[in-house]
Amino acid sequence: MITDWTLWLEWFIKALVIIFALLIGFAYLTYYERRALARMQTRIGPNRAGPYGLLQPIADAIKLIFKEELSPAKAYKFVFFLSPILTLLPSIVIGAVIPWGATVHWFGRDINLYLADINVAVLFFAAIASVSVYGIVLAGWSSNSKYAMLGAMRSTAQMISYEVALGISLTPVILLANSMSMREIVEAQRSMWFVVYQPLGALIFWIATLAEVNRAPFDMPEAEQELTAGYHAEYSGMKFALFFMAEYQKMIIVSAILAVFFFGGYLGPGEAQYPILGPVYMFAKIMILLFVMIWVRATWPRIRYDRLMSFGWKILLPASLATVFLTAVGILMFDVAKNALWMWFIPVSSMLVFAICVIGVYQALRRLTYERV
Amino acid sequence: MTLDLALFLVLACIAVASALGMLLSRNTVYAALYLVLNFITVAIFYLLLGAPFIAMAQITVYTGAIMVLFLFVIMLLGAENLPAPNALPWQKPLAIALAAALFAEAAYLLIVKARSLGDVLPPAEAINATENLRQLGVALFQNYLLPFEIVSILLLVAMIGAITLTKKEKGARNG
Repeated sequence: MITDWTLWLEWFIKALVIIFALLIGFAYLTYYERRALARMQTRIGPNRAGPYGLLQPIADAIKLIFKEELSPAKAYKFVFFLSPILTLLPSIVIGAVIPWGATVHWFGRDINLYLADINVAVLFFAAIASVSVYGIVLAGWSSNSKYAMLGAMRSTAQMISYEVALGISLTPVILLANSMSMREIVEAQRSMWFVVYQPLGALIFWIATLAEVNRAPFDMPEAEQELTAGYHAEYSGMKFALFFMAEYQKMIIVSAILAVFFFGGYLGPGEAQYPILGPVYMFAKIMILLFVMIWVRATWPRIRYDRLMSFGWKILLPASLATVFLTAVGILMFDVAKNALWMWFIPVSSMLVFAICVIGVYQALRRLTYERV
Repeated sequence: MTLDLALFLVLACIAVASALGMLLSRNTVYAALYLVLNFITVAIFYLLLGAPFIAMAQITVYTGAIMVLFLFVIMLLGAENLPAPNALPWQKPLAIALAAALFAEAAYLLIVKARSLGDVLPPAEAINATENLRQLGVALFQNYLLPFEIVSILLLVAMIGAITLTKKEKGARNG
């Protein structure tokens, strides 16, 4: 039993910090995205509300709150009401296990800069990520509308397919860190970031998370041009805003997870002496990774549905299984031979396998496409 | 310990209520959602018993994958509403008899056997720490390697079977 009330207070404050960071992060991520996209498309972007348009997200929020809430006459009301909440919750829940710093000494006590350091954090992430599909499926079903339904079906198939590669691409990280706790994974990267040993693992994880959060080029479930807006076509006002919020919060969360697993999390020069720099490094890394996501959206067109499926099952899944195998071999040889060169066997061989995999499947697909004519 | 007991009682009520809801609901989507709630409650039971790995595996596999596929199929077939119940005549007495037998067995084990077994809760130090996970891995891959491999092959066979069943015949391709 915990009787120390200051500990409860500490947890409460940390939980509030996470929730508000995600809330404000969502609001300003929309601004960041619009400005960055505008710059890439030689436009200006929002610049009217406040200096440099900085008040734009607040104006948007006020607009959405005062909008009329519609719900279709034949919708399943309770589920229709529940699904935006179900979509939003997982991203906040995952926020609880992400470490954003080591331990600081404030107010005469040691304060850990993370909410929970559980020993199955990686599995916790996989579990909650797999639950997050419910909100989208139920939104599509309860709207009782064709487009929403089609969007929900697509997203279910897509998320289930990419979840497999996502889960397997986490295994090499666990093998390298020899732990499932996110903090220990970060601490294991003090000598070298895992992205160096696991370039392929990082790539697969990143592609799979893009599909998980339904971002371009995998934004099939929303596909404005074909499905009007996919699963949230029937939602308006604040309920729509919740879906929007969920998508952007998930972007922040998966960028944070990517930073933790492959890019050294809160580590950086001077962090060991001044632990308070940890959150700063974390913030910088998340900003860079988010920028890459926006950049991808501005660059690549949406991928066709059958190609999406064959890419997920025929390239990502075998490649992620190969990384698990090669990583295990590399670590085992390192343990046996005590030669650090064996660790470099992992990135070299995995990139080689990936190249072979991509070329092979590409050739096969070409043959298939041109035979059919 | 009292907090654990209170948590257990609340969760047990939710688990039983959601199981009943699953059985009694006439809408298959709601039935599936009740089952999801039930699975999550069971996962929290595992956490209370100090088995975080099994709890997370339960959520990932059952809640995250299998039930999503259930929902997917229900929606794909548009089979939300069940037809009115038309039970077979001999089904009800048989079900009652089997349920009575199960209850009698459970009661016998809980009341008579449980006393002789003593404290079945695991020791507190085994619950915590990463060691739990490591012990599970060692047990699975050293002590029970053969059963583990056999189960893997069984699953592989099922997978290949599913692929073979849905595969088109050569030459019968039409688009």
